[in-house]
Order: sequence, then structure tokens, then C-alpha cells
Amino acid sequence: MFLTETETVSRQSDKLTVKNEVQLPILRVQHLNVFAAQNHILKDVNLEIPRNKVTVLLGPSGCGKTTLLKCINKLTDLYRELRVSGRIFIESEDILHTSTNIPSIRQKMGLLSQRPFPLPVSIYKNVSYGLKLKGIRDKKLIDFSVEKHLREVGLWEEVKHRLNAPATSLSIGQQQRLCLARGLAVKPSIILADEPTSALDPISSKIIENLFRDLKKHYTIILVTHVLRQAIRLADHVIFMYDGEIIEQGSPEELFGNPQTDKLRAYLVDGN
Amino acid sequence: MQIRRFFFDKITGFWMVAALVTILLLPVIIGIGLYMKASPIVSQQLFFHLIFSSKWAPSLGEFGFWPFIAGSLYVTFLSFLFTAPVCLLSAIYLTQFSTKQLIRVMHPVIDVLAGLPSVIYGVWGILVIVPFVSRIMAPFFNTTSSGYSILAGGIVLAVMCIPYTLNMLIEVFNTVPKGLREASLSLGATFWELVKHVVIRGNYPGIISAYGLGIAKAFGETIAVMMVVGNVVKISGNPFDAAYPLPALIANNYGEMLSIPMYDSALMFAAFLLLIIILIINLFFRYLIHKTKRQ
Repeated sequence: MFLTETETVSRQSDKLTVKNEVQLPILRVQHLNVFAAQNHILKDVNLEIPRNKVTVLLGPSGCGKTTLLKCINKLTDLYRELRVSGRIFIESEDILHTSTNIPSIRQKMGLLSQRPFPLPVSIYKNVSYGLKLKGIRDKKLIDFSVEKHLREVGLWEEVKHRLNAPATSLSIGQQQRLCLARGLAVKPSIILADEPTSALDPISSKIIENLFRDLKKHYTIILVTHVLRQAIRLADHVIFMYDGEIIEQGSPEELFGNPQTDKLRAYLVDGN
Repeated sequence: MQIRRFFFDKITGFWMVAALVTILLLPVIIGIGLYMKASPIVSQQLFFHLIFSSKWAPSLGEFGFWPFIAGSLYVTFLSFLFTAPVCLLSAIYLTQFSTKQLIRVMHPVIDVLAGLPSVIYGVWGILVIVPFVSRIMAPFFNTTSSGYSILAGGIVLAVMCIPYTLNMLIEVFNTVPKGLREASLSLGATFWELVKHVVIRGNYPGIISAYGLGIAKAFGETIAVMMVVGNVVKISGNPFDAAYPLPALIANNYGEMLSIPMYDSALMFAAFLLLIIILIINLFFRYLIHKTKRQ
């Protein structure tokens, strides 16, 4: 290998930028407050989500985890009664105060909800839906993408002979994986998963968990869960929430090994 | 005690089945009754002649029902044309975008609209719609009209059908799960794309049955239409002309002019026709629903 000096320098700077990107958080939330009528749902939330890691939002039901996730995806727009203030930076763009069109912001994130919600169309069209919205019309490209993402979630072999069957004909575990594939097809950089295994049987849950372990090489995953064991199995970074506030955040070793607050200690004891 | 409970159980079961059978038999009994009363005219003249002839001269023994059928169809069609988009758009807005306060205001308004007696719609039609048609609409289209017209009938009918169709559409659209809407948005859909792909496309059968209900209701509506439609026996494609719908014929004439031979029987035949047409409309919409569901 004979590289000129400039090439060597540029290679090195490439490495540097890659390293920098890995270290910079992909998502930052600053002073986020959410009100609904009289309720203060999220109270001055500040957090950073590391890139290419599984960040687990942990906490009891009703503590505001799902609301936080919906703020990140700007799905709070669907709920007229919510008032949102603060800043949410994805890369360096404040998505709460931006002129960029909102659908393209949402496409940076794939959403996986508690229960699968396949669109009322075929398996194939579920995966190609986001691509069509992006304006992609090339049939070959769409075919390629559908197969690639169905393979990515391990569903291709199970459905390749019935791509035109309605998505609702799949089992609930398969539907959840289809929803994941559909989200991945729009090439997001973040996967928002809101208790994605809560409606699934143990085997399907395990498949989804294994998928997350593979997917974090290419995606940042934010996983909402109230299942402590799942958090321990998957987390690279943990954020513990209680009653709309962030109580503790850090590495799983720190939080699970040495909890600083009574609330987390109590949650860890009850959870086990 | 056990025996009493056993018998009580049997008796309640029997009454439930009896109530159900009564409801099932009602349309059949009504249909048979009407047909028997209409049979003199059916045995005297050809069925198809009665339906498709447009000659109406009872004193000469000419009973052609086509002008009435056409009038009914025309008025119903116009009312559907006005109701369908208004109901669809407002139902989508109410269920997908509106605040809870607006929903709280709209529900009693819809209920009041549904509960108003049709004679009130008729009076309102005479006072407001008829002058509106004759003084504003007709000059706008460079024509003249007394205002008592197919158009006025269509507008009044549309207003009457709105609460039924709207209520049903709201029920249908409320069944769209929040999660599905969130999924569509998170894949990058705009609000309009969300409505088109998830709210409308996923609910074709429901939308069709809501419209079917509205059309069947419009076709049979009598008093309000009768008050504004002019009641002139003629066939015209011009919506500013008067017409004579089938229900109006029966309501206006039954009990009068029965000295004319066959008139009584002819009116019963009109009623029988009405029943058949409503049945056909319902079957047609059932078929459409079945077809869209399979897709």
C-alpha cells in the first residue's frame, strides 16, 4: 500500500471524525417540560442518548417514559391537549423549534410500539410504505429494500411466499418484527421502542431482544421498559424515571450495582 | 327453588326468541300485506309497464310510476351528493384533529339535528331553502324557478341525513387505533397521508355502510321533501324543476280520490315499490361492504 501524504492525513482525519461522532451523543434533551391540562407529566427532563448503544428508559408505569418517547418523535402533535416546552436536539438540530418538515424528522426514528400496529395492507406494502412516502418509485429498489429489511428482522424466510397476504394474517410476534422492518426501511438512525415485548410470548420477546443486540451496531436504540430483567439484559446506558422526573442516569453497572437514591433502590428490590 | 329458577330461565329464553322472530317477520308481513292490496292492479297491468311507463292519468286507468321513481331517485342522489363530502370531512376532522372541547360541543348539536321532527325541516325548507333557490340559485344559473324544486328537496334531505351519516362515520373512524396513526406518522406520513392511507382506506366498509344508511333514510323520507319539492308529475333532468317523489304520492293521496277505480290499489303498489327499492338499496350496500371487506 502506497499512500501519498495527503491521503494518509485525510484517512486519519476520517478516523478522527468517526471517533468524534461515536462519542458525541446522538440526541440531547434539555429542560423538557410537558403539561396536560392540570398535570405536569414531564418535569424539567435533561438527558443525553449515546450513539449506537441501547439506552433503557426504566421506571414504573405512568412515570412519563412513553410521553418522553413521543416528544422525541414529535408524536405529541397528535394530542392537542399537551403543551411541550424545552429543547430536543437530534444531531445538532432542535426539533421542537425547527423549520425542517416534520415527516422527515420523524423518518430519522423508527417507532416500535407496545402492540404491533400493521397498516391495513399487505406485508409487502407495509415495508414499502415509508419508501413510497419518501418518493421512491423504483420497483427494483423497493423490492431489494423489502427483502433486505425482512431478512434483517429474520422474517424473510417465513413470509417470502406470501408477501401479498394481509399483514394481519401474521402472528403477533411476526407482526412486531414486521413493524420493526417497516421502521428500518426508512433508514432511521434511532429506534424508539416502547415496551416492544409487552404483548409478546417469551420466544418472540427473545427474538426481538436478540435483534436489538445486532441492530445496535448500526442504530441507536432507545428502549422503554418496566421489566427490570430486560433492562439488565440489554442496557448499555440506563435512565431511571419516576413521576415525570429523571432520578438517576448512567451505566448499568453504576445504577444497578450502586443505586444512589431510595426510589431506585426500592424499584430494584421490588423488581427482583 | 331450583325448579323455579329452571322455569324462569326457560320462559325468559322463550320470550327473547319470540321478540326476535317478531322483528324478523315484520318486514315479510308488511310486504305480503302490501302486495295483496296491490294485487288487483298488478293482475290487470304488466308489472314492467307499471314501473317504466311515465303516463299518469288515474281517471283514464293509466298508472305509470316512472315519474315518481325517477323523482325519488333524483332527490336522493342530490342529497347524497351534498351529504357525502360534508360528513366525510367533518367526521375526519372531529375524530382525528379536533380538541376534546369541540367534540363535547358537537355531540349534542348532532343529536338535536337527528331528533328534530321532519315537519320542522319542511317548514325551514319553505321559509329558507325555497326562496334561496328561487331568488339566488336560479338567477345565478340563468334560469327561473318557483323554488319548489328537486334542488330544494335535495338540500333539505341532505341536512336531514347529515346527523345519521355523520354519527355513523364518527363511530367508524373512532375505531382507528391511536397506535396505527402513530405508526403511519412515524414512518414519515403527513397528516393528509395519514388520513388517506389509514383512516379512509382502512375503513371502506364502514364508510360505505354509513352512506348506505343515509341513502336509505333519504329515499324513504316523506313529509319534509313533500313540502318543498313541488309535487308535479313530470320527468325532468333540470334540478330547478318540480318533481313528485314516491312517498309524497302516497302521503298526499291515500284516503282521498279513492272513488277512482284502482287508485287504492295503485297507491299500495307504490308502497310496495318503495319497500322493494329500499330492500334493493340495502342489499346493494351489503354487497359492496362484503366486497370491500374481502379486499
